[in-house]
Amino acid sequence: MAQVVIRNLNKKFDEVHAVKDVNLQINDKEFMVFVGPSGCGKTTTLRMVAGLESITSGEVLINDTVVNELPPMDRDIAMVFQNYALYPHMSVYDNMAFGLKMRKFDKAEIAQRVQEAADILDIGPLLKRKPRQLSGGQRQRVALGRAIVRHPQVFLFDEPLSNLDAKLRVQMRVELKKLHNRLGTTAIYVTHDQVEAMTLGDRVVVMKDGLVQQVGAPLELYNRPANRFVAGFIGSPAMNFLPVTLADTDGSLWAVGPEFRVKPPAAMAGRLRGHTGKAVLLGIRPEDLRVTNGADPADHTFEATVEVTEQLGSEILLDLTAGPAPMVASVEPTVTAKVGDRLRLAFNPDRLHVFDSQTEASI
Amino acid sequence: MIEGAAWRRWVFFYIPLTLFVFVLLFPFYWMLITTFRPDGELYQPWNSPRYQPFWTSNPTLDHIKYLFAETLFSAWLWNTMFIATISTAISLFCGVLAGYALSRLNFPFAGSLGTGIFVTYLVPQTLLFIPLADIIRNFKLGDTPWSLVLTYPTFLIPFCTWLMMGYFKSVPKELEECARIDGASRLQAMLYIIIPVAVPGILSAGIFAFTLSWNEFIYALVFLSSPEQKTVPVGVTSELIRGDVFFWGPLMAAALLGSIPVAMVYSFFVEHYVAGLTGSVKG
Ligand SMILES: Nc1ncnc2c1ncn2[C@@H]1O[C@H](COP(=O)(O)OP(=O)(O)OP(=O)(O)O)[C@@H](O)[C@H]1O
Ligand SMILES: [Mg+2]
Repeated sequence: MAQVVIRNLNKKFDEVHAVKDVNLQINDKEFMVFVGPSGCGKTTTLRMVAGLESITSGEVLINDTVVNELPPMDRDIAMVFQNYALYPHMSVYDNMAFGLKMRKFDKAEIAQRVQEAADILDIGPLLKRKPRQLSGGQRQRVALGRAIVRHPQVFLFDEPLSNLDAKLRVQMRVELKKLHNRLGTTAIYVTHDQVEAMTLGDRVVVMKDGLVQQVGAPLELYNRPANRFVAGFIGSPAMNFLPVTLADTDGSLWAVGPEFRVKPPAAMAGRLRGHTGKAVLLGIRPEDLRVTNGADPADHTFEATVEVTEQLGSEILLDLTAGPAPMVASVEPTVTAKVGDRLRLAFNPDRLHVFDSQTEASI
Repeated sequence: MIEGAAWRRWVFFYIPLTLFVFVLLFPFYWMLITTFRPDGELYQPWNSPRYQPFWTSNPTLDHIKYLFAETLFSAWLWNTMFIATISTAISLFCGVLAGYALSRLNFPFAGSLGTGIFVTYLVPQTLLFIPLADIIRNFKLGDTPWSLVLTYPTFLIPFCTWLMMGYFKSVPKELEECARIDGASRLQAMLYIIIPVAVPGILSAGIFAFTLSWNEFIYALVFLSSPEQKTVPVGVTSELIRGDVFFWGPLMAAALLGSIPVAMVYSFFVEHYVAGLTGSVKG
């Protein structure tokens, strides 16, 4: 039973305001992921929760207790660092046992807990080795093991997978998920990889420049991004943004681009009315675009020229231009498009996003 | 390695290396050969037909025997060892703690304090011995080993502090943070994690400090007066050079024997020591 609450949290390093007014509630057993571009303040926030960084203003609560002034050792947390931070002079066993020894557990209990963690992580045969005799993936497991032997209230992870190669990263990602399902410990996980965020998180916090942009379940962020930044950050390849003007023609609302004109679905029109005559950004994900089969209503199609084709096997990525606007479409592998072809593309009207050009907030 | 034609390897590698090794090792060779050369051969004029400067056909232990029988050399050796060991231990202890504090505890002015400490190391001993002599006299420590045990740290502590500061900075701070999360206090994290990891750095600081105090001359010359209290460098030069007479054989024998302990310390720790100089701890 552990919940973490962050209230109006701020962090200033001399000049840099690294974390700005962050408010969050991380529920018991939840796997919360912080994601955002480099330098957005994810690590700093995590380190304030850990007690490794002083808090400029605001509060961190673990289980309803304000822990601002509590040293890291008294917060009952465990942290996995990006560079693993294994103690180089200690064997794997001693690395995992260190936290328990510091807390004066008796020998038998320590041995039993280390063995248990080693079994979960499959590192039993490595217990006598020194960290330098381990591969990257093995070190990663030892770092995890060191965190789980303590049965802490909260796990903190700072980009724990970023030093692994792509394949191992995917494998460890699955294992982390399994581990969390098994232990059910509240976890905060920092990453700049949106795929990791989407696959691991029960909920995801998207940050930028020290500000929380949106908090929500992965699909919520994907389906209903709060602003242009979140829309562009979540999803790969990234969402296409087309600058258009909203115009009222013949009683219905049209989004008018330089060389195309599409009609937002009726469900949206109500919200968009207020912006008639203004410039807005139309957002459409590559996977919501397809080559028209002729049956699509003309209102939801437009023409574009193929610039580059990227064969991925399961799909084809088409880099296109519709007038001056560049965009990417992810289409069926059966499409035979060549560079220079003009295609008629249809979009899924229910998956259209519109953002205010000024505030970049979703409309 | 040097790539390309064989002549390149000769010109850029073997020849410079040979010259270098020759220049560095020749004085030691000279010391060695003089130690074992009988007096009769030593004082041959250079144009004598029996003059052979680079070799001796009648090696002798006379000079070494003379050193131990006729001079206080064994006392000097013991004094030097005693003083160097204790002052190194004091300096290492203080240097490790100060280096840790300056590199890890972010207190105000830590940076300028570090620079300040380095500056004190730059004050020449040839100036510092004057006020120090006054202090030594006031505490009535003159002519005792303690005068040196207590004054050597004035240059050894800044030296060790500076070296350890650099080394601690190369130890990833996550190690310590992780230990603190694991339940260690700041002191425990330092004792169980940071210091063991910094052993190569501590060893190289120790070796340097030991060598510096072993070879120190000015303070030893000024603060010690009776022959039985002297250290090797001072004893040798004051007792084996009388007026303008140089007792070359015993002088060289003393120099040779005097450098053996240092050489032993170096070779014993050489692996750690090189690791300490090249720094960098891999997590
Ligand atoms: N000790 C520090 N002193 C001064 N500025 C710092 C310090 N630590 C971080 N910052 C600044 O705070 C901001 C946030 O840094 P933070 O490390 O939290 O970013 P991050 O989101 O973890 O980025 P990354 O993905 O690159 O790890 C950055 O602008 C950084 O330059
Ligand atoms: Mg970071």
